[in-house]
Parts: sequence; C-alpha cells; structure tokens
Amino acid sequence: MSGTWAVLVVAALGCYGLKLAGVSLPAAVLEHPTVRRVAELLPVAMLAALVVVDVGGAGGSYAVDGTLLAGVAAGAVALLLGRGLLVVFVVAVLVTAGLRLLV
Amino acid sequence: MGPSSQPPPGAVDVPAVRRAVVGIGLYAAAFGTTFGAVAAAAGLTVAQALLLSVVMFTGASQLALVGVLGAGGGAAAGIGAALLLGLRNAFYGVPVTEILRPAGLARLWTAHFVIDETTAMATAQPTRAGGRYAFWATGLVLFVAWGGGTVAGAAVGTALDTQRLGLDAAAPAIFLALLWPRLAAGRRALVVALGGAAVALVLLPLTPPGVPVIAAAAVAVLAGLRGPAVRTTAEEGS
Repeated sequence: MSGTWAVLVVAALGCYGLKLAGVSLPAAVLEHPTVRRVAELLPVAMLAALVVVDVGGAGGSYAVDGTLLAGVAAGAVALLLGRGLLVVFVVAVLVTAGLRLLV
Repeated sequence: MGPSSQPPPGAVDVPAVRRAVVGIGLYAAAFGTTFGAVAAAAGLTVAQALLLSVVMFTGASQLALVGVLGAGGGAAAGIGAALLLGLRNAFYGVPVTEILRPAGLARLWTAHFVIDETTAMATAQPTRAGGRYAFWATGLVLFVAWGGGTVAGAAVGTALDTQRLGLDAAAPAIFLALLWPRLAAGRRALVVALGGAAVALVLLPLTPPGVPVIAAAAVAVLAGLRGPAVRTTAEEGS
C-alpha cells in the first residue's frame, strides 16, 4: 500500500516539476524547433497508443470487449460530427452501458 | 452590458469568459468523476485518487497512470507514462509566462495551473489582462470541479460496478477526444498517431502494461528529430 503512495507522490511531483520548469526555464530552451516538434508530437503518439491499449486489452494480452468498442466508436462518430469532449464522453458511456443492459 | 455588446479595446470580456468557464467546469466535473471511478477500479483509495487530482492536476497523465497500475503494470512504466504525457505542460509555460509574467514565488503556484484548458483560454484572449483573468477563472473552477468530481467518482467506483455503468469506455473516449484536435495539425500528426497506435498494438501482448504507451512515445521522438527542417526553411523563406 505504501508502495502505491510512493508511486503516486513521485509521479505527481514529477508532473508538477515539469510545469514549474516550463514557467522557469528561459523561453529559448523550450522554443528550440526540434524540442518543440517532439513535444507537440509526444501526446499525439501516446494518446493514440492509450486508445489502442484501453480498447485492445490493457492487461497485457488482446482482449476486446465489443460493448466498449461500440461505445468508443460511437464517441468517434460524435467527434466526426464536431461534438465536444462532454458529448463524446456521455455518448461513449451511454452506448456501452446500454449495450451491456441488452446483452 | 448585453450579451451581444462588444467590450471596449483593452477590456476583459468577462461574460464570454465566464460562459466558457462554466462549460469547462461541467466537463471537468464529468472527466474528474470518470477519473475517480477508474482510479477506484484500479484499487486506489479515495485519498489516493484525490492526491493525484490535487497535486498532479493534469488529466491525461492521471488517467494513464491509474490505467497502468490497474492493469498490473510496474511503477516505472506508470510514472514514465505520466511524465511523458505531462511534458507538454512545460511547453505551455512559454505562452503562459508571456501573458501572466509571474515573478518570484508566484511562479510556484502559477505553474501548478498550467494545463491544456488554462493555456487555451489564456492565449485565446486578445489582451494580457483578459488572458490573466481567463487563466485564473479557468484554473480555479477546473481545480474545484476536477477535485470534487474525483471524490464523487472514487466513492461511486468503490460502491458500484463501474463496468455496468459503462465508465470503462470513458477513458479511451476521453483519450480519443484529446487526440482529435491535435490531428488537425496536419498529415504528419496523423502519421505519428497511426504509428503510435501500431506500436502499441504490436507490443500489447508482448510487454508489461504501460510499456506499449511509452514505446509509442519513441515514434514521436523519431518523427520530431527527423522532422521538417524543410518546413522551417520554407517559413523563413516566405
């Protein structure tokens, strides 16, 4: 249990440290073109990977839940229709929960 | 001042900012509730979930970390994923510092609120005064809604079956919604997203939880390093 606390505290303080570095470091360091490009692309690659892992099976083996996949797909349709985060969230959860009631 | 009247130049359009902040607060409460429920399902206590929302205070990193821990991943993989995702906040520091110009100790608490939403709201305002107001209005409302949502979600997640409520679909849907606007940056972003997804898909059954997400970061680093000196030259030449 204390192991979990340690992980959480280290990760949380680390994320705060990154924010603090951002408002403290000279802008020239952060505005280096290569550094900027990598920083802009990092969340793109990682968010895509997180979607795949969450849908494809987070536990270290492939395990696709059809109702969850359908919910996320419905959320993707909402995004295509130009809806915001809140709508996407509600659509994904309701479709998944609704399908689980039926099947 | 009516809703359609334009503010004089240099003034802060308080009603417009407040309307946007209400929307962000609702979203943060919903997202925070999801995070709390996912954290509880991953075995975290309410206090542990709240610690992340108060101290880490950056949603994607929090959700990624509890996802890794919940899947039985190692500490290093969880911390690594959270930090790599949180790295973007450092870069938000540049525009935010230009607008808020925090000096001395003010940097310590200003830094804590430098996240996606506050940066977007602050940089969207035409004046520095407007940017400062939008930053703090967004940051404080979001902080409260996020923390409150986390406690509610963790309590619900401990008491109810989150699978039945479909809340396990919320995390990937939120990741997708956070990814979406970044794909508009161009073909390069789309290629990197597909590359990251492919790496994760291949490594998923081969590596411990968390590793596929960290490995996907390598795609971004490679693409960024090899990136368009072409584009920079073209911009300078034009």
